[in-house]
Amino acid sequence: MIEVKNIKKVFGDKTIIEDVSSVMKAGQCNLIIGASGSGKTVLMKCMVGLFEPNEGEVLYSGESFTAMTGSDKTEIRKQIGMLFQGSALFDSQTVEQNVMFPLNMFTKDSYKEKLRRVNEVLERVNLVGANKKFPSEVSGCMKKRVALARAIVLNPKYLFCDEPNSGLDPQTSLVIDRLIKEITIEYNITTVINTHDMNSVMEIGNSILYMYQGNKEWEGTNKEIIFSKNERLNEFIFASQFLQDAKDMRMLEETGKISGDRNMEELLDKDAPILIPPPNEE
Amino acid sequence: MFSRPENAKMYWKELMHQCTEIGFGSLGIVAIISVFIGAVSTIQTAYQLVSPLIPPSTIAHIVRDTVILEFAPTLVCIVLAGVAGSRIASELGNMRVSEQIDALEIMGINTKTYLILPKIIAALLMIPLLVAIAMALGIWGGRLAGVASGIIPGSVYDKGLLEFFVPFNVIFALIKAYVFAFIISSVPAFYGYYVKGGALEIGKASTKAVVVSCILILIADYILSAMLLPSAQ
Repeated sequence: MIEVKNIKKVFGDKTIIEDVSSVMKAGQCNLIIGASGSGKTVLMKCMVGLFEPNEGEVLYSGESFTAMTGSDKTEIRKQIGMLFQGSALFDSQTVEQNVMFPLNMFTKDSYKEKLRRVNEVLERVNLVGANKKFPSEVSGCMKKRVALARAIVLNPKYLFCDEPNSGLDPQTSLVIDRLIKEITIEYNITTVINTHDMNSVMEIGNSILYMYQGNKEWEGTNKEIIFSKNERLNEFIFASQFLQDAKDMRMLEETGKISGDRNMEELLDKDAPILIPPPNEE
Repeated sequence: MFSRPENAKMYWKELMHQCTEIGFGSLGIVAIISVFIGAVSTIQTAYQLVSPLIPPSTIAHIVRDTVILEFAPTLVCIVLAGVAGSRIASELGNMRVSEQIDALEIMGINTKTYLILPKIIAALLMIPLLVAIAMALGIWGGRLAGVASGIIPGSVYDKGLLEFFVPFNVIFALIKAYVFAFIISSVPAFYGYYVKGGALEIGKASTKAVVVSCILILIADYILSAMLLPSAQ
């Protein structure tokens, strides 16, 4: 479990995040969503210790990460895996070497044992046979999967994913999302994901924190987000009229009403082919 | 800034990699420059020594001393600032921009120790070696040009090389090589490690690193000459 308490981060005279608190539970995908520039990445970087917050603290399983000294922080960091927006693979190393890097650095296992573990995680992310390829020779989705394999190779307790779907098509995004969710449940990891992809929110968001201009605006689950009355959140998630129609069709189905002062006849006249699946459906 | 390595074997591997990159990677250009510097020095010295009272062997010891005192350490290090310095700055800059340094930090690795220290140590090990090779090749290049153009016979050149030889000159050149090696590795590492932005900024950082390194080399060259050469004191 990760706890964020009253985090504030200032760059120069500009406050980027202000008084953000939340609890990220283990075995769940905890999403931080918000528009570009809302402070999602800064919050995540404060959580992993790449930025030092000006106020507040971050607790890993009850221990204050912010108050820790260098060597204690290093111990926590060894339990953290992170998937970066651009994958952050080492260009000069092959897929196998990239994934083996944390093992080489932090374990005294034999090469054979390390190779077995590398193949195990590569198989877990469906990347069999790509061991000898360089990052420049694989696709964007494969890069993300290699980065995910590298992030989980040391069996981390905490997994951070910064916009795991950026630059990927919707189908591939779904593959990555499902993979992250499966791994989270399988290894009981506390997963924190930064995203503004609504498909991800609905697909894997057990717990969602919505950031607006550096502040926590709303918190809830993917079941609650659709019916939220928060205007800013609604503006964000229903930025497209198509999604707004889908939401109203869904409300109509479930409650017999539609939101606000919208015209029901006009809505029913439209072709509304997509309906967001009810939360209890797969 | 630097801390105890997480796994000494990995740091050793990185050190060896950097030694190969800085040492062997620059050997070709250093060899070419050294031979031509020596050759040109012989021809130009002969051109200026017009008096029949000056023995031809003087050409050899003038070439020897200029190559050892100045050309091999300073000129070669200025070239290395361009070759190895820009590589260090752009490598670290690219790693910073593509979040590879952040990835290492999150793994719990001290990136300054893992990425910068091996480069500085490798430069301190390899650059003096390259300078020593440059001295030998420079003097040999001078002989080659002297014999090929008929300016000075090989035996006279060899005799001249042994005249008035001051061993301290070699030590002085190696002291300069160590100082310059530190500049060549640390200045580009600083500019690369702290780069912010994208590809354009990596290029700018790389250029700035080379320019600053060259200026610092020239300043250090003057200070060391003033401090260590007996006639300047």
